[in-house]
Amino acid sequence: MRGDEAELIKSVCGGDREAFYELMRPYERMIYATAMSVVKNSADAEDVAQEAVLKALSNIAGFRAESKFSTWLIQITYNEAKMKLRKAHAHLYESIDNQQQSEEGDFWPRDFADWQPIPSELLEQNEIRQALQDAINSLGRIYREVLVLRDVQDFSIKETTVILGISEATVKTRHHRARLLLRDCLAPGFDGCWVKGQPYRRVRPW
Amino acid sequence: MATIEISCVEVWREISNYLDEDVSPAVRERMEAHFKVCAHCTAVLDGTRNVVGLVGDGRVFQMPDGFSKRLHERLQKLP
Repeated sequence: MRGDEAELIKSVCGGDREAFYELMRPYERMIYATAMSVVKNSADAEDVAQEAVLKALSNIAGFRAESKFSTWLIQITYNEAKMKLRKAHAHLYESIDNQQQSEEGDFWPRDFADWQPIPSELLEQNEIRQALQDAINSLGRIYREVLVLRDVQDFSIKETTVILGISEATVKTRHHRARLLLRDCLAPGFDGCWVKGQPYRRVRPW
Repeated sequence: MATIEISCVEVWREISNYLDEDVSPAVRERMEAHFKVCAHCTAVLDGTRNVVGLVGDGRVFQMPDGFSKRLHERLQKLP
């Protein structure tokens, strides 16, 4: 844990609300992205993020410095997000979703057309960000969670095992599969269109 | 010494580890020899590397406008 973080936590425990704002500020995006990876829509993710932050504030005295503050915060966010899903009964659909993307066996990519790179500058465009978000949302939850923790938030394999309560081997398998599934979602096909001047359009039937 | 060949399925199995530099030097060498002659696996590698770079870009999970302000306001309402 960063030294300044430890100081801030101490101040928050002493009732300093401004210290809490300062403590949370660098983690806002991380909390939001984590919530999005579970609930898949912006409004719900914001609700979850707010609830998680409130919970962090009320439980901060119970935080133990042997774990990373970010890991602790992410675990709270996951719990809140899953509670939100349970309330919405969305897990019924998620379980079907996850069955369709079984973890068993080797993953066979579906598209082998020459890859037309998607330049990162395209992320300036709302529709491209939305297309990527939609592609991520199309993955089963178990894959989205690992992808977001590892490739968006840069958590290590070890940290991911702690946050999700799964083994290292499972983290690696899900991460690998998530990346290849996402590639397939965004593959241009032989009629590729991730090119300048043309909006994204789905060229394959899935 | 000749490089031992590796199949496409074995390459796909290791692509994520390859990108994370988490394969042994021997496997890396076999994969690189394979990429030189297999356009399909090169397409899978290029695409995977591309999407990993894109999702890691902070712009994908942009917070909605006013997110911080609303969070701050909610906290201020607490007793």
